[in-house]
Amino acid sequence: MAMIELVDVSKNLGGKQVLDRMSLSVEEGETKVIIGRSGVGKSVTLKHIVRLLEPDAGEVRVDGKDVLSIKGKELNELHMQIGLVFQGGALFDSLTVGENVGFILYEHMSISQDEIGRRVRESLALVGLYGIENYMPADLSGGMKKRVALARAICTRPKIILYDEPTTGVDPITADAINLLIDELHDKLKVTSIVVTHDMRSAYKVADRIAMLYDGKIIAEGTPDEIRYSHNPYVHQFITGAAHGPITEGQSSIIKNID
Amino acid sequence: MILFKKNYYISLGEKVMVSVYFFGGLFNLTFQTLSFIHGKPLGVRRIFEQAKKIGVDSLPIVSLVSFFIGMILALQTAYIMQKMSSEIYIASIVAVSLTRELGPVITALIVAGRCGAGITAELGTMTVTEQVDALATLGSNPIKYLVVPRYLSLTIMMPILTLFANAIGIFGGYLIGVYRLSIRSSLYMNMTFQTLVYKDIFTGLIKTIFFGMIIAIIACYEGLNVRGGAEGVGKATTRSVVNTFIMIIAADCFFTALFYIFWS
Repeated sequence: MAMIELVDVSKNLGGKQVLDRMSLSVEEGETKVIIGRSGVGKSVTLKHIVRLLEPDAGEVRVDGKDVLSIKGKELNELHMQIGLVFQGGALFDSLTVGENVGFILYEHMSISQDEIGRRVRESLALVGLYGIENYMPADLSGGMKKRVALARAICTRPKIILYDEPTTGVDPITADAINLLIDELHDKLKVTSIVVTHDMRSAYKVADRIAMLYDGKIIAEGTPDEIRYSHNPYVHQFITGAAHGPITEGQSSIIKNID
Repeated sequence: MILFKKNYYISLGEKVMVSVYFFGGLFNLTFQTLSFIHGKPLGVRRIFEQAKKIGVDSLPIVSLVSFFIGMILALQTAYIMQKMSSEIYIASIVAVSLTRELGPVITALIVAGRCGAGITAELGTMTVTEQVDALATLGSNPIKYLVVPRYLSLTIMMPILTLFANAIGIFGGYLIGVYRLSIRSSLYMNMTFQTLVYKDIFTGLIKTIFFGMIIAIIACYEGLNVRGGAEGVGKATTRSVVNTFIMIIAADCFFTALFYIFWS
């Protein structure tokens, strides 16, 4: 059974049809990477899964439950099952690293301070960070913020982790360390993951399957090798990073100006 | 001419829609906030934190401004009263004006400028950096976590701050009355407290509860609806302060009329 399922999801934001009858299915334990240009609706897709956005039409199912029909306590339980790692980390500025990572434990679980502290240290250790519980987010580098955000997402040991551009804005070495981390967490915690990215190195490294989002729909899906050697001209242009091709046709005034 | 009229009507229609959307948003946020207040637990620690930020930290500026307002009021009243040889009434006018009108309104405007703007900027930054979305994904409703403590703190702290403002403003007027206009200290005090009735104080304080609600709801609404990064936060903060000022004055007019009709 698919752990995450989006069926014919449509979403219009500010007059732009971002998702147009888009369907996507992620099997349990699978790491699916969604690739596509910036602004194509990759993050919007993730936000539908955690119900930060509701579709204009279509269905979203997580672990067999219709996300749109649940509310209150059930919605909270769904959020406990899903860890979302935001693009910029989205760490709470006013809280320490430890309070950020253990946020959900402090707010929603009646467990002792010692137990929270232990679980916070454990989560930080899983992402390779030690002794920074009392730091403020402003004191951390970009890469560390991403790792703390990841620690926060895994603190409740969720079944699903969603990564929004996990390697954007960090140096190549940190990016590779984050890719390794995604792989490690997948193996250790046996989670189902969706990684949204336009970094193809990262996509090939972490994906079980890759899906390409274009014009509001998934236009191609396959294993990393199938995508790498795809004959689809849109996929080919995207993965090779070519300025000219079907994706930029008709909207390439900037590229023409550069020529 | 026809084109001008058409554009004018379109623009007018857009403005009406923006206003309807704005007030609809405020009512919706108020309703949601009240429903969360009704359903406990409220997060007492967060309410105290906000009460300190809003109440205790605003006290110095509220005190300073009220002190000056009290002195100015005494001096300006003296200008007329001396002509009529009625300086004795300065104390009464200062006390009544401050408790019924100036204390509540000046305190509300200071808190709106100081705390309302701060709330919009803070929540706006949280919105554009996805911290508000993160709250929701961590099982905490942003309205319950962010709006309710600010709403309750402002509603509770506004009357308390206004009481301080009234007292310090009256003291400012007393200093001018006694040391500049040579009114006897005991006479000034008598004239202040003889004229002042509980109704004057209570009508002023009741208004401030609503001013607190207005500041909280507009500031939080603007903060949670920020679009477009740092520029959006700046614009929302300006809009928040301007709209709050207008709404405070409008609400003051409404309540003054209401009390005048039903409690005079």
